Amino acid sequence: MTAVPTSFYLVLSALIFVIGAVGVLVRRNALIIFMCVELMMNAVNLTLIALADRFGRLDGQIFVFMVMAVAAAEVAVGLAIVMALVHHRDTTNVDEINLLKG
Amino acid sequence: MTLPTLDLVVLLPQLIVLTAALLVLVVDGLSGARSWLLAGISLVALLAAGAAAIWLSLQPGEPRRLQAMAVADGFALLFDVVIVVAAVLGVLLAYQSIPRISQQVGSYYALLLLAVVGMMTMGAALDLIVVFLALEILSLALYILAGFNRSEPRSAEASLKYFLLGAFASAFFLYGAALVYGATASLNLEAIAAALAGGSRSPAMLYLGIALLIVGFGFKVALVPFHMWTPDVYPGAPTPVTAFMSAATKAAAFAAFLRLFLTALPTAQPTWSWALAVLAAVTMTLGNVAALRQRELKRMLAYSSIAHAGYAAVGLVAGTAQGAGAVLFYLLAYAFMNVGAFGVVAALERAGEYDVARGRLAGLSERQPALAAAMAIFMFSLTGIPPFAGFFGKLYVFGAAVAAGWGWLVVIGVINSVISAYYYLQVTVEMYFAAPAAEAPAAAAAGKKGRAVAKAAAPSPAPEEGKAAPAPLSRATAAAVLAAALGTVLIGVLPALLTGWIAQAVQGIF
Amino acid sequence: MPSDYLPILILIVLATVFAIIAMALPAVLGPSRKTKAKLEPYESGMVPYTDARRRFPVQYYVIAVLFILFDIEVIFLYPWAVMLRQLRLFGLIEMAVFLGILLVGYVFVWKKGALEW
Repeated sequence: MTAVPTSFYLVLSALIFVIGAVGVLVRRNALIIFMCVELMMNAVNLTLIALADRFGRLDGQIFVFMVMAVAAAEVAVGLAIVMALVHHRDTTNVDEINLLKG
Repeated sequence: MTLPTLDLVVLLPQLIVLTAALLVLVVDGLSGARSWLLAGISLVALLAAGAAAIWLSLQPGEPRRLQAMAVADGFALLFDVVIVVAAVLGVLLAYQSIPRISQQVGSYYALLLLAVVGMMTMGAALDLIVVFLALEILSLALYILAGFNRSEPRSAEASLKYFLLGAFASAFFLYGAALVYGATASLNLEAIAAALAGGSRSPAMLYLGIALLIVGFGFKVALVPFHMWTPDVYPGAPTPVTAFMSAATKAAAFAAFLRLFLTALPTAQPTWSWALAVLAAVTMTLGNVAALRQRELKRMLAYSSIAHAGYAAVGLVAGTAQGAGAVLFYLLAYAFMNVGAFGVVAALERAGEYDVARGRLAGLSERQPALAAAMAIFMFSLTGIPPFAGFFGKLYVFGAAVAAGWGWLVVIGVINSVISAYYYLQVTVEMYFAAPAAEAPAAAAAGKKGRAVAKAAAPSPAPEEGKAAPAPLSRATAAAVLAAALGTVLIGVLPALLTGWIAQAVQGIF
Repeated sequence: MPSDYLPILILIVLATVFAIIAMALPAVLGPSRKTKAKLEPYESGMVPYTDARRRFPVQYYVIAVLFILFDIEVIFLYPWAVMLRQLRLFGLIEMAVFLGILLVGYVFVWKKGALEW
């Protein structure tokens, strides 16, 4: 079996990225918006891995390690912030989070 | 296998601040909060880091490098100084007000120091991985700091908004970095420039990547249309945090913005400078026009900070060494005058209050003449009136843009400065000429707004309502405002002290 | 070549067909007598005493968040472990610094009482 061409991976990850971005814009639940952001980041990870493999370089793969660690830290901070907000407002719907004028 | 040699001196300022952050955590964890000790550690570390940066910049010879990852050149080190200025003022402002809103004082200082580490690294980074890591370190710390007031639902809301939009923008930045990697097969800024020197193999990927990088940076420095978070997060966050992040985040993001675009992507400059010119023009105009209508100080300053991001972007549009130096000068001036303005707001703030109505300023010149004089200096400087720092900042930025042939952008910038004079000077007029009686209805309105909020912690229509006596000015706050005012005046009177140094420093990024 | 993917296509078709058969046959052949006990969620033999969709104590979330943080750092240990012999003392010191910083975070979390139950 021949290898899958790099462009396939790039198109796939571009699609996943767009799905994530659209999700951020249309979903109203803070946690789901957050999951969509994670989807976008993992789409980028796929791009980086595919490119690193194509170029025969390691730096793209190292980047992915860093992105994964950062994403984990982001999850921790994000969940803590959502918890703090639920403590006050009892909702995760961003349309009801409207004390600030926008 | 040869082991890498790590010239860690390159990161000396960052390492000092990082060590202090860990020390603050350990001291706070083991011995409980002792506010003065934690603030002291932070201040000493920040000043030491500033001194280390200046010492490093005075070293003769080629700038030292940490592999191909980071560099300690004049550009990075001067931005370190800008960030240290904002952070020192931020620590001083926090000393009085943070213990009032939270028991976790140690976390506050540790997070602030970690944000400083990220910010300093932004300017020193030579690799897209390092830029991304630095961006995330500073962002994650700031997301938490924005929500530091646990008793105030609006603080939590500001935090969530900042976080969701910030993470969204980070993803765009990351994809931009990945696409530039795809177009050049390199993550190192200089190698990217070398790969692009002979023309790009995949221009579509490159330009899409550049566009996404602009979105990512545009969000961090609050360029329109990526500014929506600013007018919510700045008032929602505790005032010392707002003061610190407004100046320091801008400086850090512009540092990486400048280095990335001028070092790695100069061949694509005709394209990105046009895109940025349009963004800068829209940003200046929208920021100033929106600021005109604000009745509350923090919100007004939030919109004004959007406008200032636009002014600074003009220097980047110029894309020359002169322009880069002008941006650096502008951001240093901005650190003094804007943190100072927020410092005055912090001094006027009452416990548990969300924003300060502009009516509170009425008659301030009689009650607290020194505070009013300082605020007047900051307002004049933000407008760009000589002989204050802001004037020379604008002069250099606009001068660089004219020299690079961006006359129309400068015309828009000057018109905007005139618009901004209206609201900045109105603040001064209120302090010196308005009767204090204007305070009562404003305070009542603020109170009503607060009560309309379900479950909101009772906002403080303080017992002294009507008399408009704020909390007594603490020594730390007074010192911060005084230092900021002195800096604003000193840079304004003697700009030549810095310009030669800056001009030499920015050569390193070309 | 597209024909290279034929085995994957066959696998997808087989899996789908098997799943449909496995779900359709019992529905057609088997008797369906719903009783209360049968409709309850399976809880490893325990009798469920309340609805599972309710608020959990906040400590669960704190522990979960901390777990994610410390867990993901392991991804840096894997490449380090592979290269340890070549890196020698240098690698050991680097990892000690890395773990030392994590340890400070752990001590802080512990002393702040985030691990109290």
